[in-house]
Amino acid sequence: MQYIPNIIFVIILIAGIGYFAKNVRKLIRNIKLGKDVDRTDNKKERFNNMARIALGQSKMVRRPIAGILHIIVYLGFIIINIEVLEIIIDGIFGTHRIFAFLGGLYDFLIGSFEVLALLVLVSVFIFWIRRNVINIRRFKTLKGWPKNDGNIILYFEVVLMTLFLTMNAADLQLQNLGADHYVKAGAYPISQFISPLFDGISEGSLILLERGAWWMHIIGILIFLNYLYFSKHLHILLAFPNTYYGDLNPKGQMDNLEAVTNEVMLMMDPNADPFAAPAGDEPEGEPEKFGASDVTDLNWVQLLNSYTCTECGRCTSECPANQTGKKLSPRKIMMDTRDRLQEVGDNIDKNGSFVDDGKQLLNDYITTEELWACTSCNACVEACPVSISPLSIILDMRRYLVMEQSAAPSDLNNMMSNIENNGAPWPFNQMDRLNWSQE
Amino acid sequence: MSEAVKVPTMAEYMAEGKMPEVLFWVGCAGSFDDRAKKITKAFVKLLHSSKVDFAVLGTEESCTGDPAKRSGNEFLFQMQAVTNIEVMNAYEIKKVVTACPHCFNTLKNEYPALGGNYEVMHHTQFLKSLLDEGRLTVEGGKFKGKRITFHDPCYLGRANNVYEAPRDLLKKLEVELTEMKRSRRNGLCCGAGGAQMFKEPEPGNKDVNIERTEDALETKPDIIAAGCPFCNTMMTDGVKNKEKEDSIEVLDVAELIANAQDL
Repeated sequence: MQYIPNIIFVIILIAGIGYFAKNVRKLIRNIKLGKDVDRTDNKKERFNNMARIALGQSKMVRRPIAGILHIIVYLGFIIINIEVLEIIIDGIFGTHRIFAFLGGLYDFLIGSFEVLALLVLVSVFIFWIRRNVINIRRFKTLKGWPKNDGNIILYFEVVLMTLFLTMNAADLQLQNLGADHYVKAGAYPISQFISPLFDGISEGSLILLERGAWWMHIIGILIFLNYLYFSKHLHILLAFPNTYYGDLNPKGQMDNLEAVTNEVMLMMDPNADPFAAPAGDEPEGEPEKFGASDVTDLNWVQLLNSYTCTECGRCTSECPANQTGKKLSPRKIMMDTRDRLQEVGDNIDKNGSFVDDGKQLLNDYITTEELWACTSCNACVEACPVSISPLSIILDMRRYLVMEQSAAPSDLNNMMSNIENNGAPWPFNQMDRLNWSQE
Repeated sequence: MSEAVKVPTMAEYMAEGKMPEVLFWVGCAGSFDDRAKKITKAFVKLLHSSKVDFAVLGTEESCTGDPAKRSGNEFLFQMQAVTNIEVMNAYEIKKVVTACPHCFNTLKNEYPALGGNYEVMHHTQFLKSLLDEGRLTVEGGKFKGKRITFHDPCYLGRANNVYEAPRDLLKKLEVELTEMKRSRRNGLCCGAGGAQMFKEPEPGNKDVNIERTEDALETKPDIIAAGCPFCNTMMTDGVKNKEKEDSIEVLDVAELIANAQDL
């Protein structure tokens, strides 16, 4: 009978981690629906980027207030997780504060967890004010689920940190009472101020309180872990691969469409036989589609980008089109891509393989008006703290519009036919190119 | 500025069996746009005064394909690129300088994958190198003490991390260089990039160039310096829109240096 809590703990732990693992597999499958793109080069530079941008938060602090608060919550998250390790070991083996043997180091660890927990609570409070009270446009423009999602995450943090401090406060009381099991260990710089609230409570009730907080804390963490998949909060994991696999080229360099290069080289080759039958081993199939009209036309890094986006809106707040009242919002491009990808993934889950649902990313999610408003200035790419490129998705969708649908705005069609006919975007004769020197 | 300037072509150099030090890629705006032609001429004067052995492609030059590519017409872009690369490779071009950040970006970053490998410089980088080598002298002249703010072109700045060359040159003019609230990597676009130059903007509550001109006007400048023919057009239109064209000039960095010396 005495092992029942251990068994319950292990069951909850396995269920919590198992369900998360199942969703992670779905996540990876969805990301792999994207086209292949080679990002295996320059491992050292990629690793450095990940260390600097994701681990080191270098781009977060470009906005100092949000950046520093974020670093506190981020450090709290990472460091307090050492405590979770102890909780898991204690839970499985029925021990209590298994790391207490570390002595002074243990005191230091528990003490710093407590200080961080308090700092996290303060930061989260300020975050909540920023999201809900102060008029910050990039948060104000979030409505419905994305807005609630952001707040739910903050409430999670508050609950988890409060439970952690309550647990310690009760533990401290029990230690002072000399209760069985409750070894004297740890320093409690914050919860020592909560502890007096529990003065005069019986030992039995204190144990109930301490155990209650302990159980709710670990169950809360498991719920939060599983909440990630359904929320914008996946960035806490995906920021790392996303910064690793980010584009290393200069921002102005847009990728070369190889399918087009093959066609162009064939056209330019004077020895090519235009009537030649395709080489025998080439499979007859759908010709390569140019550009993207749906998520499966994008590459896997772009899809990873969409899951990594935490909807902070720095991109949109820097976007010149958005600032001047156009419909384009780079954040919405990322959110739409993810929503559509999730829809395609759910469709596959339901039907075994994708069954046409009559929808696509273009028009059903992202309108042409948004796509044509982009100036390709890279402000969104520069602003993103985790190396997401909304611009690359915009460009791929423009490619589809122009090369598959001939659906460019008429002004652009004029510009393009000028380039085609006379080598300049305006209707000037190529033979007049040097006239300026004589004027 | 109606005076002919001597501009040798690659064909002429080839006929004489010579190779110039650098190819000046003029670009479409620099060749055809009335305002941008003045920038082209100013730059040519600086090349002459620095005794740079240069040539242009002239009628053999064609659009790099930048606006086609940013519009999504990869096919047209690559046709343009491959054609231009054939011409440049036939002349065995090694080094290219251009006064247009869009040409600069395309030639430097997007031509190598298609077989065009050149050392490509923006004219502000090239002028800075001439200055460092002692071939170009930059003096304040008539701009001495003037208040100047530099607008970073997206395709020079964020796209290729060139922020200092134009500023170094401007500082040499002994002017009061002042920064807009958004500058360098945070610089706001003029509104012309991504082929927006060639179309009407989408519905909104303001034009991007007005927003950017307001940034510039906040610094109370005598002159807005630009490094891109399209930014130049957009900022000039913005200044006109604010009815400040009598008190504020929009000038390219090359024009400022050339005019300071009364070239």
